[in-house]
Amino acid sequence: MKTLNHLACAAVAAGAILVAPVAKAQDLVFLSTQLRPIDEAQKVREVLLKGAPKTTYVVEEPPQFAVRMKAEQAAGKRTISLMGALHGELQPLVPAGSLDTVDDIAAKLASSGIPAGLMELGKLGTPNQQYIPWMQATYVLVVKKAALPFLPAGADVNALTYEQLTAWGKAIQEKTGQRRIGFPAGPKGLFARFVQGNLVPSYTGSMVTEFRSAAAEKGWADFKALWATVNPNANNYNFMQEPLMAGEVWIAWDHIARVKDALTAEPDQYLVVAPPAGAKGRAYMPVIAGLSIAKDAPNRAQAAAVIEHLLKPATQLAAAQEVGFFPVVDAPLPPDLPAGVKLLADGVAKTQGAKDAIVALLPIGLGDKGGEFNKVYFDTFQRIVLRNEPIRAVLDAQAEILRSLMIQTAAPCWAPDKPSQGACPVT
Amino acid sequence: MLQPRWLPYLLIAPSVAFLAAFFLIPLGQTILLSFDGGQGFSLANYARMAGDLNFPTALRNTFALVAVVIPLQVALALVMGLMLQRMTRGRELVLWIWTIPLGVSDLAAGLVWLAILQDSGYLNTLLFQIGVISGPTAYLNSEAPVALFFAVVLAEIWRATAIVLIILVAGIQIIPKEFGEAADIFGASPWTKFRKITLPLLKPSLQSALILRTVLAFEVFAVVYALGGRNFPIIVGEAYTWQNENQNYGVAAAYAVLVMVISLTATIIYLKALRVDPETQG
Repeated sequence: MKTLNHLACAAVAAGAILVAPVAKAQDLVFLSTQLRPIDEAQKVREVLLKGAPKTTYVVEEPPQFAVRMKAEQAAGKRTISLMGALHGELQPLVPAGSLDTVDDIAAKLASSGIPAGLMELGKLGTPNQQYIPWMQATYVLVVKKAALPFLPAGADVNALTYEQLTAWGKAIQEKTGQRRIGFPAGPKGLFARFVQGNLVPSYTGSMVTEFRSAAAEKGWADFKALWATVNPNANNYNFMQEPLMAGEVWIAWDHIARVKDALTAEPDQYLVVAPPAGAKGRAYMPVIAGLSIAKDAPNRAQAAAVIEHLLKPATQLAAAQEVGFFPVVDAPLPPDLPAGVKLLADGVAKTQGAKDAIVALLPIGLGDKGGEFNKVYFDTFQRIVLRNEPIRAVLDAQAEILRSLMIQTAAPCWAPDKPSQGACPVT
Repeated sequence: MLQPRWLPYLLIAPSVAFLAAFFLIPLGQTILLSFDGGQGFSLANYARMAGDLNFPTALRNTFALVAVVIPLQVALALVMGLMLQRMTRGRELVLWIWTIPLGVSDLAAGLVWLAILQDSGYLNTLLFQIGVISGPTAYLNSEAPVALFFAVVLAEIWRATAIVLIILVAGIQIIPKEFGEAADIFGASPWTKFRKITLPLLKPSLQSALILRTVLAFEVFAVVYALGGRNFPIIVGEAYTWQNENQNYGVAAAYAVLVMVISLTATIIYLKALRVDPETQG
């Protein structure tokens, strides 16, 4: 009898599994390249989407995201209504015709306090709104307080230069015998973003045009000196919160979402400061995630309602608290923020508010060549720093690859490079 | 009862269809993709692959790994197999323990060794506690290429010797005992018996084991990815990077075709070098 009961239970369970996808198909499908790790995705489902229309939140790696959008379009069967992705990931979907315009939602959100510049980015170079800015983040320097006694005389931890950071790393190495500066240069790390958004523009005031200039040469020479004080395991680091928590690294550069765990675990141990400055200033890269609606979305009205829900000040603040991305709408951070998140918020404010700040945007208009664009910068680093090849020759050779990439994609210049007619030039 | 002549064909038809659908078609597509330069046939993807700064290193690393790992694994498996043959009690238990790594996925095996060998790993902790080292020592980065190489070799040997062992144990078991007994009567030494009886009769098994292991060794990926990351470029790793990070499917396909060509060549070399006489094929 017991066996029979078990069998019956199993049959019911199997039936439920088989029926479930059919029931789910009625829900709104929200596909996102952001907030992918299981714990973050769970927070989206349980916290951020609480009170929104019934939504199935699914995540996808960025390369597969584009493939899936194209495949659905080719098959003529759209299942996804709402998409959440970075500015640069949504951009290639415009020429592919996968995005529905969202001017109506933008109009409704006119009074929410989204900065006009951010809203303009959401048009992706077209006359219409292609996405609604969703959340923002940036890359910062996290400093463990244990490193502060070794700070070189005269250096301000909130306004470091690359030379000072090198001197700091050297002092730590001499006193402790360990190289305690860290960069996420592992296979899943965002090191290419450091080179594009921080290092090169800090010395040249440009990401693309001045790639092989004398100023860039100086920047690479400085960085090579800095690398001598960087932890030799940096090539294996993906998220800097792990080496920070393990005590392997005291000073780390990374995306704010990738250091959050270390900061929330021991907030009193850390400072968050702006990345270092070069000859031209302190370049930083803002990261903007947007919400788009798919063309032929099966659930457009519901998707619009979810967008409005996600842009409510309360939801935006919850996102800051839960996943470390900051509001795009006018929503002052409450004083009772958890200490780790407050540290991040301070770091972002210091970075954006630095007197010598230079905004370096994510690559724009490269279509599916974004990966190869990153490769140009990472290969330059590998050749100059890891393989010790002559800087001038490497910059000349890599500039050729960069130039042909720009011509191939016909991507015009983006900040901080000056606007161009046609493909962004590499001088 | 006499079975109809077409029955065997009918029985293998599903697996043939499966292979065609999920192996031959993607294979054909990959080859086409590797020669697609945007406007018709072109060798651009291969030129891009060969001109990439990681290509020579990846090729060198992969071949060096195969050259070190395969002989060590075969020698180890032979010794282990012969030891098993001489055991009278507990043979099954030992064989069972030795083949545990077979059930562990590549990536998990890599992570196990990462936990042992990384700066704050078990090995460093142990060496520190017995006073051999004064602080964490790094074995897995580009500044210690030899240590990294041997870490990968170690992990690969731990993970994949069992498959060679299983094939050789099966081979050893089918060698008739009479040959050994006859050799004993003539007073042959154990070494002579191994050289003149075991090794020649084991040739078919050795051939299968070598082909299988070599092909898999050229395709090594997850263990290296876990232990060495970007510090130890290998061919399949580069294919993955071109596909996933650089999003250039053409160059990734060129790498895939390269791996296939290398594997096929290795197989042909083994088939020729270890030619098995029809009478020993059983």
